[in-house]
Amino acid sequence: MEKKRITFKVFRFNPAVDDLPHYESYVMEVKKDALVLDILNRIKWEFDGSFTYRRSCRHGICGSCSIRVNGKVVLSCKENVFELTDIFGDLLVLEPQNKQKVIKDMVIDRVDFWNKYTEVKPFLVAKYDEHPEVEARVSPDEASLMLDSDICIQCANCYSVCPSVRVNEKYYGPAAFVKAYRFIVDTRDHNKKERIDIINEPEKGVWDCVKCYKCAEVCPKGVNPIEKITLLHNQVFKEGRAKNNVATRHAIGFKKSIQKNGFLDEGFLVRYSEGIFGTMKHLREAFDMFRRGKIKMPWNMPSKPKKMNEIKQLIKVASKIECRRKW
Amino acid sequence: MKRLRYALYAGCTAKQSTPELWKSTMAVADKLGIELVDLKEATCCGASHLRDFDAFLSMVLNARNICYAEMKNLDMVTICNTCQNNIAFVKAKLDEDAQLRLEVNEHLAEIGLKYRGTSSVRHFMYALIEDYGLDNLAKKVVKPLKNINIAPFYGCHNIRPFHIQSGFNMGENSFHPTGLDNLILALQGKPVEYAYKNRCCGFHVDLQAPKTADKLTGLALADATDNGADMVVTPCPLCQLNMDVKQKSASKAVAREIKLPVLHLTQLIGLAIGINPKDLGLEHNLVQYGLKEIIS
Ligand code: SF4
Ligand code: SF4
Ligand code: FES
Repeated sequence: MEKKRITFKVFRFNPAVDDLPHYESYVMEVKKDALVLDILNRIKWEFDGSFTYRRSCRHGICGSCSIRVNGKVVLSCKENVFELTDIFGDLLVLEPQNKQKVIKDMVIDRVDFWNKYTEVKPFLVAKYDEHPEVEARVSPDEASLMLDSDICIQCANCYSVCPSVRVNEKYYGPAAFVKAYRFIVDTRDHNKKERIDIINEPEKGVWDCVKCYKCAEVCPKGVNPIEKITLLHNQVFKEGRAKNNVATRHAIGFKKSIQKNGFLDEGFLVRYSEGIFGTMKHLREAFDMFRRGKIKMPWNMPSKPKKMNEIKQLIKVASKIECRRKW
Repeated sequence: MKRLRYALYAGCTAKQSTPELWKSTMAVADKLGIELVDLKEATCCGASHLRDFDAFLSMVLNARNICYAEMKNLDMVTICNTCQNNIAFVKAKLDEDAQLRLEVNEHLAEIGLKYRGTSSVRHFMYALIEDYGLDNLAKKVVKPLKNINIAPFYGCHNIRPFHIQSGFNMGENSFHPTGLDNLILALQGKPVEYAYKNRCCGFHVDLQAPKTADKLTGLALADATDNGADMVVTPCPLCQLNMDVKQKSASKAVAREIKLPVLHLTQLIGLAIGINPKDLGLEHNLVQYGLKEIIS
């Protein structure tokens, strides 16, 4: 089998003896079918028995073995090493999933991840008799509403790359939303409204997603969390739980502006979303922009698109506040 | 070379808060002999916000936008990452899902339109790389950007999600994108290598979570600065707005004093192929710090 020499530069930190983390390099002949987890094992078995990392199932099920390779988060028991060298070349840097939370070598503290996961109530809340006459049946159609949200293995890959989590520790993050979605669409659950209110909270909830799509790129199970986040936004409106705040007006404002002008009137969107007092916060910035010719006035706004009547007609027939199962 | 013609989906920003994007796009296309036919019938793409509120409406409106490119028998180019994300998303969904296409077309029929799927939807940046070619672009360079350290900032929506955008951006690897770096090299500039180049500026929460947005923009600007950037270049006007107009508050959010000019990709190309700064709208950029020296 094809083999090649690869250098692994590995993040090492043992708080019992090290003041600061450092990197050590290990050079190995690696076979074409080797997985990242094989490399972690070899470092421990062939170079340094004190090397520490998490793994359990070796089958992409337990979700414990995620680390970063050249910045890319990977489930180490699923990721082929040669595929990584195809992208990054023959020097691979192995680091823990989140360096800020390191306990030892590749092992990190995931308590924040689990706390938030718990906050969305990742279990069925239902009032059924203990011994019911008929069981709570779920049709295949109803079950399919969950999409793939129940195959999440809580590896925290999505969570660890989420920029919104990075700068706002209150934000629940993609994995918790996937779980929230899973129970919101579960027809046996009796807690839908309360669940929606949980993910609808400013700062913590879905409105703080910056729409970077990073979570969609790193899920080893292909769960696509941001798809569920979009569906949760839709749920908030469909179930009539939208609060009257900047975030929801920001979403509704787009439709209002298109309905009126065909294009998005940027000034209108800010005024509509923020209200008068909110808009005042932007005065300084607006002044800077005005000086540089970046703000349009009523008399020099761009012209409306041609065929405005078509646009109005389409909005009339196609508007639906709903939550589809798939986008 | 065959004359390149595209239907231009300009988006709302180029016609309002980033007039320099409109000017520089037109000037560059003109100089390179590319014809851009402005889609005058197009609506706003609705960004992700309309999809959050009314996903079906967002789909139908963007299907209509694509229809007008199709009727002109032209491929569509976008000049904003978020427009690209939205319209390509709709195209990908309609092309793969016959049921959805049927439903959308039923609605479009009300105004006498039909989505066919005959026009591709690419960001102008990738149309340039793919159709015009970097070699040809390199030949047009009259003012090489020698010794300028340029930090490429890709912006999320041109490279992610991979399963949608890879069909429109030559399979760009979102963990290790190279298109913008190669463009800078073709203009003989020096691309800066830094971790934040494929990360998020936070624009989409500018209103509801300004702290998040400022901090993300600040982190990116700080990383570019620390890696020796003289300027940042981006194909996305929304990233550009956050990094340029909000540079002061972003710097504050990361407790730094950052002064970094942020150019639209077309402004950078324009400078290198000898278009004068006025025609590229450089006077509209807020951060002018060092710009004159850099480009003189
Ligand atoms: S798309 Fe939203 S949830 Fe996903 S990583 Fe980005 S900010 Fe986080
Ligand atoms: S959604 Fe995917 S990436 Fe996120 S925790 Fe679950 S399995 Fe991991
Ligand atoms: S070892 Fe269990 S998921 Fe990798």
